[in-house]
Amino acid sequence: MRTARSLLVISVLLVGCGSAPASAAPGHPVEFIENRGSDTLVNLALAWAELYQQEQPEVRISVSGGGSGVGLAALINGTVDIANASRQIKPEEAEQAQAHGIRPTEFVVARDAIAVIVHPANPIGRLTLQQLSDIYSGQIKNWSEVGGEDRPIVRLSRETNSGTHVYFLETVVRLGQKDNHTLFSTDTLLLPSSEGIVSEVRQNPNAIGYDGLGYVPPDLKVIAVSRGVGEAYVLPSAATVNDRSYPIARDLYMYTAGEPTGVVTAYLEWILGQEAQQVVGKLGFVPILTGAQP
Amino acid sequence: MNGATGTPTAGGQSARPRPRRDWGEAIITRLIQLSGYSAVVFVGLIFFFLVREGLPALVDVPLRNLFGTRWYPIEGYFGVVPLLTGSLVVTVGAMAIAVPFGIGTAMFISEIAPRWAREVLKPLVELLGGLPSVVLGFLGILVLSPYLRQLLDLPTGLTALAGSLLLGGIAVPTIVSIAEDALDAVPRSYRDAALAVGATPWQTMWGVTLPAARSGVLTAVLLGMGRAVGETMAVMMVTGNAPVLAVRLASIVSPVRTMTATIAAEMGEVASGSPHYHVLFFIGMLLFVISLLVNVIASAVVFRQRSRAERVLS
Repeated sequence: MRTARSLLVISVLLVGCGSAPASAAPGHPVEFIENRGSDTLVNLALAWAELYQQEQPEVRISVSGGGSGVGLAALINGTVDIANASRQIKPEEAEQAQAHGIRPTEFVVARDAIAVIVHPANPIGRLTLQQLSDIYSGQIKNWSEVGGEDRPIVRLSRETNSGTHVYFLETVVRLGQKDNHTLFSTDTLLLPSSEGIVSEVRQNPNAIGYDGLGYVPPDLKVIAVSRGVGEAYVLPSAATVNDRSYPIARDLYMYTAGEPTGVVTAYLEWILGQEAQQVVGKLGFVPILTGAQP
Repeated sequence: MNGATGTPTAGGQSARPRPRRDWGEAIITRLIQLSGYSAVVFVGLIFFFLVREGLPALVDVPLRNLFGTRWYPIEGYFGVVPLLTGSLVVTVGAMAIAVPFGIGTAMFISEIAPRWAREVLKPLVELLGGLPSVVLGFLGILVLSPYLRQLLDLPTGLTALAGSLLLGGIAVPTIVSIAEDALDAVPRSYRDAALAVGATPWQTMWGVTLPAARSGVLTAVLLGMGRAVGETMAVMMVTGNAPVLAVRLASIVSPVRTMTATIAAEMGEVASGSPHYHVLFFIGMLLFVISLLVNVIASAVVFRQRSRAERVLS
């Protein structure tokens, strides 16, 4: 599972920390950055932290996941320096922050696309957003209704506390319309991890699921999505996300409490630079600098 | 020490010398008393905490919503009925599997198996009880659910049935261990008497030993059930967690969402003090009340049985 893996990486980092101070030049005080939040971002944040610590041995960065809400809550409570979020801060969270005297500052650090995945044996290769919405809201119940085999559709989704879930609800199920109150069909399976979705799609030809582009293994079939009936069907990739032709893509954020200061500023500037954005591409996300694609 | 020391009228017991025991024993007695009461206090405090955090749900959320059939907390739908039925289906299914298997195994170990087999089997079963449920969950997700889907031709294998099978597996060791102890405690003379009047070994087991151990076996079943109701991790991994109202027979082979899985999945990111937070505690309260009821019924039944048995024997 993803969280388990990230914990492992964190502990590796911590073990590294134990021996590292010797290499830090004496007189340079060690600076700490606490970084917590979105599970979507956790692997990327870990990769950045690892690379940055190699270059700047006097900086210690600890990264953990938990979800966008967890990260932002920690930022509001003042326990982290940087919160990772796969969605923009909610108005009520901004209010809470204000009540604590904190004005969150937003940085777009990468882009992410949600890929819709099916079993490799499923003949369906493309769907419109409207069809996806109808599938997830329960109006389309059988693959034959979208031109596939006569099989029941098993809908898979992340749990409701996942940022990916909320994003998919707003962008796909509700087609991005603010006044649309369509809900997921009640028989949608809510799986607690990306790994759960991938393993079910891998072995079940009835299943349809979604996950961050960076987490889709190559052995699953990715669906090409179009905005409407007459429009082009687009497969998710770095290019199609950056030129905004793939419809289910979003920005990923880091938040700081107020304007960042000192070592945090340097870290964020580095993240937005060429070198860190190359890491973004390697992990299956989409870099924000167009020139940084691998 | 109700003044028994020194009063020669208190039967023949006044002769017993008891000068040194007072200090040490008084302290030990008090300590044991304290730990006994502390269990009660802790349970009371936990329940108080649950009520304090859970009851505001009745104020925050209209009753129609709270006892409605739709659970989708991020949009303010807090119907707990699908979760109740989900837990019920999974638990009943688990008990339907675990009770026959558990009691059967206990009878085999206690009555039929030769001594060496018994000494191997019981520790092994108890080892099974110590298996972390996450491990069983992995087996469920990778082996059991794909197999169920193909075997029963289901849309998906992540169903209440998969949860019941795993929970059954988790409850069996509890049931076997306690039921075997109960069967073992039945006096040898009962069996000898039955065999002496010409009963077959099977008749002895079924007609004499098992009824004689009835109260212990019942306790075993109820404790196994408590284990099944409260289990979270394995259930969350294999039941699909879809909050559908599980009231039809087909619900056994459909995805369901249990109360424990809901709390585990959602408590992590809920804003403290929000209606969602209070509703999750309310669900915790329901779980507490359910296990309390199970325990009360269990001890009532056991107590009734015991007093009847004592009357018969005396």
